[in-house]
Amino acid sequence: MSITVYVPSDSCAVSMGADQVAAAISKQAQNRGLEVNIVRNGSRGMYWLEPMVEVATAAGRVAYGPVQKSDVEGLFEADFLNGGAHELNLGLTEELDYFKRQQRLTFARVGITDPISLDDYIKHDGYRGLKNALAMNSADIVKHVTDSGLRGRGGAAFPTGIKWNTVLNTPAEQKYIICNADEGDSGTFSDRMIMEGDPFVLVEGMTIAGLGVGATQGYIYLRVEYPHAEETLNAAIAAAYEAGYLGDNILGSGHSFHLEVRIGAGAYVCGEETSLMESLEGKRGLVRFKPPLPAISGLFGKPTVVNNVISLASVPIILDKGGDYYRDFGMGRSRGTLPIQLSGNIKHPGLVESAFGLTLRELLYDFGGGSASGRPIRAVQVGGPLGSYMPESQFDTPLDYEAFSAIWAVLGHGGIVVFDDTVNMAEMARYSMEFCAVESCGKCTPCRIGSTRGTEVMDAIINGDNLSKNIPLLRDLCDTLLNGSLCALGGMTPYPVLSALNHFPEDFGGHDQANAA
Amino acid sequence: MTDLNGKQEAVRNAIASLKDKPGALLPILHSVQDALGYIPAESIPEIAKALNLSRAEVHGVISFYHYFRETPPGKHTVHVCRAESCQAMGSKRLESHVKSKLGIDYHETTADGKFSLEPVYCLGLCARSPSMQIDDAVYGRVTDDRFDEIVNELETSL
Ligand SMILES: Cc1cc2nc3c(=O)[nH]c(=O)nc-3n(C[C@H](O)[C@H](O)[C@H](O)COP(=O)(O)O)c2cc1C
Ligand code: SF4
Ligand code: FES
Repeated sequence: MSITVYVPSDSCAVSMGADQVAAAISKQAQNRGLEVNIVRNGSRGMYWLEPMVEVATAAGRVAYGPVQKSDVEGLFEADFLNGGAHELNLGLTEELDYFKRQQRLTFARVGITDPISLDDYIKHDGYRGLKNALAMNSADIVKHVTDSGLRGRGGAAFPTGIKWNTVLNTPAEQKYIICNADEGDSGTFSDRMIMEGDPFVLVEGMTIAGLGVGATQGYIYLRVEYPHAEETLNAAIAAAYEAGYLGDNILGSGHSFHLEVRIGAGAYVCGEETSLMESLEGKRGLVRFKPPLPAISGLFGKPTVVNNVISLASVPIILDKGGDYYRDFGMGRSRGTLPIQLSGNIKHPGLVESAFGLTLRELLYDFGGGSASGRPIRAVQVGGPLGSYMPESQFDTPLDYEAFSAIWAVLGHGGIVVFDDTVNMAEMARYSMEFCAVESCGKCTPCRIGSTRGTEVMDAIINGDNLSKNIPLLRDLCDTLLNGSLCALGGMTPYPVLSALNHFPEDFGGHDQANAA
Repeated sequence: MTDLNGKQEAVRNAIASLKDKPGALLPILHSVQDALGYIPAESIPEIAKALNLSRAEVHGVISFYHYFRETPPGKHTVHVCRAESCQAMGSKRLESHVKSKLGIDYHETTADGKFSLEPVYCLGLCARSPSMQIDDAVYGRVTDDRFDEIVNELETSL
């Protein structure tokens, strides 16, 4: 009988040699006359163990990792196909502490199933949400999402139910669902993991969204940096069409939903929803003034839902188990679970999905195991390039949208980037200004000119030039960006810059000057 | 000239198969760049005409997006991640090593036409920083030595 072996096709596992490992396993098995069925699954999200190979045994899936192709022969010698002892044997995957302590709702199947097998998806509770939704009217679908308390996971944390309701109640002959898969924030990769590891959950979520608001066309706007995700998404979409889960008359219900992947072209600002729509329309990604809201007049002037990948991928379980089930996870007004991404200088980088409420300290030390370098963790940037740098004194903040905004920080897309004590925070502040200058769409002066000026001022500060004048000037520029920008690219660049300056003044030429403003 | 014919054909194919899509310009530009490695200036009038746009509009779109290029790339394109997670794991050092090994700066191509170098702001491989992409292949935890190995291998395979 053939034995099933899982080798992730997740691009981050591939970046560590997963393809070569899969090839080596297949070759060894052939040489030894053994029947092995290799499934290319997603990643369980324990990236320091990738490539992590799993073998299906009677006791459950046994993990080995990190496996290099040179380890493969030894693994066969050690009878890993039957869970044999080997120095890379990690035990049962589900019993690994990092994994066991999570609450996986949105990521329930990632790393477990074959991402492009519709059968496998259905076997693991897939499409139950859609089946429920097909038996409801639009208002009830939207009500479940509203009741779940789901807030947009793409950054702004706007309640998804309210957005959907606006689109539902705006009459139009054509409406659209856009999935924002532009995931440009450094330190974030949960969208990528869903798209590579369980694309059907996104397809299902978008289909439900279409039913909920009366939209028949969906677009996934995917960044060009994610070619692996493009491949998996297209395979899943083709399979869903084939089996009648997409297209005209879905499962004989009389409802239609069409879905297409569109590729971006390397502009960070195209993650901003109005810029994204301009780009989808074939234009330069210039940010639009709001109002009108996209929910009223969006893509091609029609009512449009724009939601992040994780927001949409959380919808199937909400429709499967009910809005209340999802809402019962979390704290305060932050309901459900958040896929948290740990990266940078951390010993155990990876994905942790858990209810809101964990603290940074728990994530950094209990899950993350401290810094990778073994040096003290000095700063963490949460929420991508527009998020604040947080010092150790703030590590007890719970993950909760309101708790973060109370200390002028943002949770954003849940990415946490860790820096040890060798980091120079003035250099990081300079980088933020430079990033803003490189990525500015150019529509407004504070952002376009201010960021270039900001980079120059940071150069002067790093040089130690006239600090008593330049630090107040930096604060002044930040103030202009904060108040004068049309979108959050210019409007939030002051978060990393000022938080670096305020929490780490010693890197800006000393305490006194930094506070002289 | 066959080269010119090849280019024209790629552009015509892209236009013919994609022009009826709503918002067709980006898909067309991608298709041309996938086929040719860049978007030749000569193709702009034809694309503009097919979509009923001005040449300036098409050029404006090409130049807005970092990914589109109007000059041919080298045989291999190296994308080095410059974003924060990679910086936290030493990408700045790696960047200078890459530049000196290839002898070029960002947005340049080596004199022998073998390599182009481009920055990228996150490849989503942050959990294995520092990272880079060469053509379609992704690499995590890149050290100076690993970079040299990869590049030497590509050089000999040329
Ligand atoms: C500069 C900028 C970049 C953004 N990038 C993304 C992105 O990559 N993905 C995303 O989902 N939202 C991004 N957003 C937020 C979107 O504008 C929008 O709020 C979001 O897609 C809405 O979906 P949600 O409600 O499900 O979060 C960005 C916003 C700004 C200002
Ligand atoms: S803040 Fe910057 S990116 Fe945003 S609209 Fe203004 S110029 Fe464009
Ligand atoms: S920051 Fe380099 S891959 Fe994300």
